[in-house]
Amino acid sequence: MAASVLVLGVVVAFAVGRFPVSLADIAVALWSRATGVPSGLSPAVEAVVFQIRGPRVLAALACGAALAVAGAAFQGLFRNPLVSPDILGASSGAALGAVLAILLSFGIFGIQAAAFAGGLLAVAAVYAVGSTIRSGDPILTLVLTGVVLGSLLGAGVGLVKVLADPYNQLPAMTFWLLGSLSATSPADLVPLIAPVVLGALVLMALRWRMNALSLPEEEARALGLPTGILRVVIIAAATLTTAASVAAAGIIGWVGLVVPHLARFLVGPDFGRLIPASALLGGGYLLLIDTLARTLGPVEVPLGILTAVIGTPFFIWLLASSRGGWS
Amino acid sequence: MTLAADDLAFGYRGHPVGRGVTLTIAAGEVLALLGPNGGGKTTLLKTMLGLLPPQNGTVSLDGRPLAALTIPERARLVAYVPQSHHGTFAFTAFDLVLMGRTAHGGLFARPGARDRAVASAMLERLGIAHLSDRPVTMISGGERQLVLVARALAQEPRFIVLDEPTASLDFGNQGKVMRQIRQLAADGLGVLFTTHDPNQALGHADRVALLRDGGVMAEGPVGEVLTPERLAALYGAPVETVVEPGGRTAFLPG
Repeated sequence: MAASVLVLGVVVAFAVGRFPVSLADIAVALWSRATGVPSGLSPAVEAVVFQIRGPRVLAALACGAALAVAGAAFQGLFRNPLVSPDILGASSGAALGAVLAILLSFGIFGIQAAAFAGGLLAVAAVYAVGSTIRSGDPILTLVLTGVVLGSLLGAGVGLVKVLADPYNQLPAMTFWLLGSLSATSPADLVPLIAPVVLGALVLMALRWRMNALSLPEEEARALGLPTGILRVVIIAAATLTTAASVAAAGIIGWVGLVVPHLARFLVGPDFGRLIPASALLGGGYLLLIDTLARTLGPVEVPLGILTAVIGTPFFIWLLASSRGGWS
Repeated sequence: MTLAADDLAFGYRGHPVGRGVTLTIAAGEVLALLGPNGGGKTTLLKTMLGLLPPQNGTVSLDGRPLAALTIPERARLVAYVPQSHHGTFAFTAFDLVLMGRTAHGGLFARPGARDRAVASAMLERLGIAHLSDRPVTMISGGERQLVLVARALAQEPRFIVLDEPTASLDFGNQGKVMRQIRQLAADGLGVLFTTHDPNQALGHADRVALLRDGGVMAEGPVGEVLTPERLAALYGAPVETVVEPGGRTAFLPG
């Protein structure tokens, strides 16, 4: 059922927008691309479907799924339902990389590459620092290191913004930090989707082990889990999906934190079902948000704002009506 | 099969807790580890489980050091029942017991039909099959303890190690859990449990080891080791003995 809702969402997302495309035209365009038969449609319709809206729909699905799956995996790994995929500094590292690239007047690919590298480097640094500190609970040490280094990176972002040209660079930075898919082109898809699929496949493959891994450390090890190695692999995979998503769409909060809760509400805490459910819900949710973002008003609303404005009341309603017994 | 500690020193890095401990648990036998709080019972237990590396000496299974086994190999031989379960997520009792099958599949393996059958059978064996679909956060402490025992059994181990299995349970549930422990030994498992109630050791264990300040004061069959004098020395407090006309003995704090 979830999958059919998602398909419906994709169709709607293709059709609506500043340049409406009829369902028939979409079908004809896709059919002609698949079979090689000329579609007979106007070049404008083809361009909207394949150059503009198609990449954007795919990017929204990939980013939403990436953030939600990474969030679900991290909530299990860190044994804490309040954790989001940027807990280890992936987003703040990516933000610093991106604003630096904007400050240095890099092109759009330069910005994305810098954001991706910044996210990976930040998490690697957090992990390296956190695992050299050998006192007490390794999980808590890692989270605290992430929080502390994250705020240091945040200070770095602030510094770059102060140094930026306030007329050109600063608005670009602010807009990037709020998240948007408006500039997505077909060329963006491979650098986004390849790491997301790779990371998500690893997380999907390990999802049965995440159940036991979410238990207290000693229980997990007594059940036969090599917790140390698993933790490294899951952090690497979740960071890969998060960094790729942040690089493509900027910082989109909320999805990675709350979508796993919605998924848990629907399918229960078993990670075997939670991880695929999070991927579907996250992709669908961000697609909905992105479709609204480009159709609501004359100016695109940043995704980071919409995810929170729409998601928060819904989540509060869910909390109130379910009495929270699922987490 | 035997699980043995030989001249074992245990503790945390830079913080030794005990030394010179030599113990043996055979299949079909219940060994109680008795001692005051802070005497090192839990630390010794974790070392016997291979969760903490020995600081000196060895823990071995049939002469093979635990350290030579892989983590999954170890989990298929020795299972752990923690004192209480504080999971983050509200797994159902069935899902929690199914996690006991972790060491029987590969890292990427989905639990199969046999894993599910074993999990169901263990819930059945402990008489808690009716709790299968209930979240473990919404059942009583005694029921949760039985779920943890079922999970340990789902590992199909040869030894079960329980950390104060009755510490948070009411009177009735204590009896229930202890009877199950006795039954496990009757089914051929070696059992090691800690307690600070000498009567529990007296009533349900074959042998007892008295642990004080990180060392074993005495070890042997319960009837021989558990004397009022030894208990008084173990706890540093006077102990009264009540003997039933039928010959059953109980100790009371004096």
